[in-house]
Amino acid sequence: MTPRAAHTIRLTVNGEAIERAVEPRQLLVDFLREGLELTGTHAGCEHGVCGACTVLFNGKAQRSCLIFAVQAQGAEIVTIEGLAEGARLHPLQAAFREHHGLQCGFCTPGMLITAYDLLQENPRPSEAEVRVAISGVLCRCTGYKQIVDAVLAAAEAMS
Amino acid sequence: MQPNPLFGCSIRRSTAIVKPAAFAYEAPETVEEALALLKRYGEGAKVLAGGQSLVPMMNFRLAQPEVLIDINGLAELDYIRLQDGPEAGRGLAIGALTRQRTAELSPRVGEHCPLLAEALGHVAHAAIRNRGTVGGSLVHADPSAEIATVLTTLNGRVTLRGPAGERTLAPGDFLLGYLTTGLAPDELLMEARFPAIRPGARWGFLEFSRRQGDFAIAAVAAVLELDSGGACTVARIGLGGVAPAPLRALAAERALVGRRIDGDAIDEAGRLAQEVCDTEGDYHASEEYKRNLAGVLTRRCLAQALERGREAA
Repeated sequence: MTPRAAHTIRLTVNGEAIERAVEPRQLLVDFLREGLELTGTHAGCEHGVCGACTVLFNGKAQRSCLIFAVQAQGAEIVTIEGLAEGARLHPLQAAFREHHGLQCGFCTPGMLITAYDLLQENPRPSEAEVRVAISGVLCRCTGYKQIVDAVLAAAEAMS
Repeated sequence: MQPNPLFGCSIRRSTAIVKPAAFAYEAPETVEEALALLKRYGEGAKVLAGGQSLVPMMNFRLAQPEVLIDINGLAELDYIRLQDGPEAGRGLAIGALTRQRTAELSPRVGEHCPLLAEALGHVAHAAIRNRGTVGGSLVHADPSAEIATVLTTLNGRVTLRGPAGERTLAPGDFLLGYLTTGLAPDELLMEARFPAIRPGARWGFLEFSRRQGDFAIAAVAAVLELDSGGACTVARIGLGGVAPAPLRALAAERALVGRRIDGDAIDEAGRLAQEVCDTEGDYHASEEYKRNLAGVLTRRCLAQALERGREAA
């Protein structure tokens, strides 16, 4: 076997068992978007700064542009497509819609996954804690105000 | 391929989008296997831990390793242990693969080395710390890295293992300069040891960056121990981001020991801390600005340490 050759990985994405061959250098974000056609996860800066590509990797928010797909062997991944239950929006998604927590929508998948991880760890965060938590996801439209409002409203709705 | 009417050239939608240069991938399951792979591949190989610094460099093709040795399967390097040593005293031994977020939230770290827990909160963002490792940050050796600044301040140790066995290095022998360490190509960082903050000791950590989570333009860590009369018996001041590697402000430390830490003492320590800066500045801040900032942060960090002590008392 030449190690550069494709590796077969088995993983779970949004609850579905997946088996695919991937080239080692393929990033997880590109595997999700191109390989699985889950284009909800956005590829932004591609060096870990903008946060648009954030997914849940074994339950924790991580940058899918800083993980190779081959490293996802055995992992459980949840992308933005896995947040709603069928047609029912997740309370965070509903709150983002209610509070206008998005304009262009580019950062939104990363914002939602990051906020989801925050509320898992800290179900009733203060406004300051929300601001620190989403500081790793860049939004160029909203000025963050509506996003913070939406996360706080979702926290209240979920508790 | 479809012609693009705007640019008069063709845009090809690739079916396999890639950024990094091609590499071979190995995923050892034990330290011994990892060391054997390092020996086999030599300088062309890079160890992949959390990848939060290496993968950006590969995405930009600033790094193009021929082989990646992914050590994420080495569960034996994921631990936080409290140790008592006759020579080294009490301290935390943290396995190289321990995630930064795990260490940050660890009650053991919070109790025995709260300075490290606080500093970890400044490492980028939670999503980076969820994957980034304590060992990975040390090996990357960014001059402004918080973990390395704390290791330097506390005069901790790192343990490396290679074909000739293990060796233990002091921060100054490991963190040699900008992105440069004493790790040999066939060695693996196994563990970092952080001396415990003694009960009653005062400590502070401050850094300044343009935005939350950015690299520190300057960072300061401080530990003070005072006797019952309020005189300083131990002072440790470490600076990050103002030299090719984190360093101690030894003259500032000496100026504090033996005296009550009042405003004058803090001002003098700040002045002396400025003098150890060894920087030409960068695109964030000039040399003069960084030097000034190091003094300001040192003063504020010492005041923070004293204030914390009052709260605790």
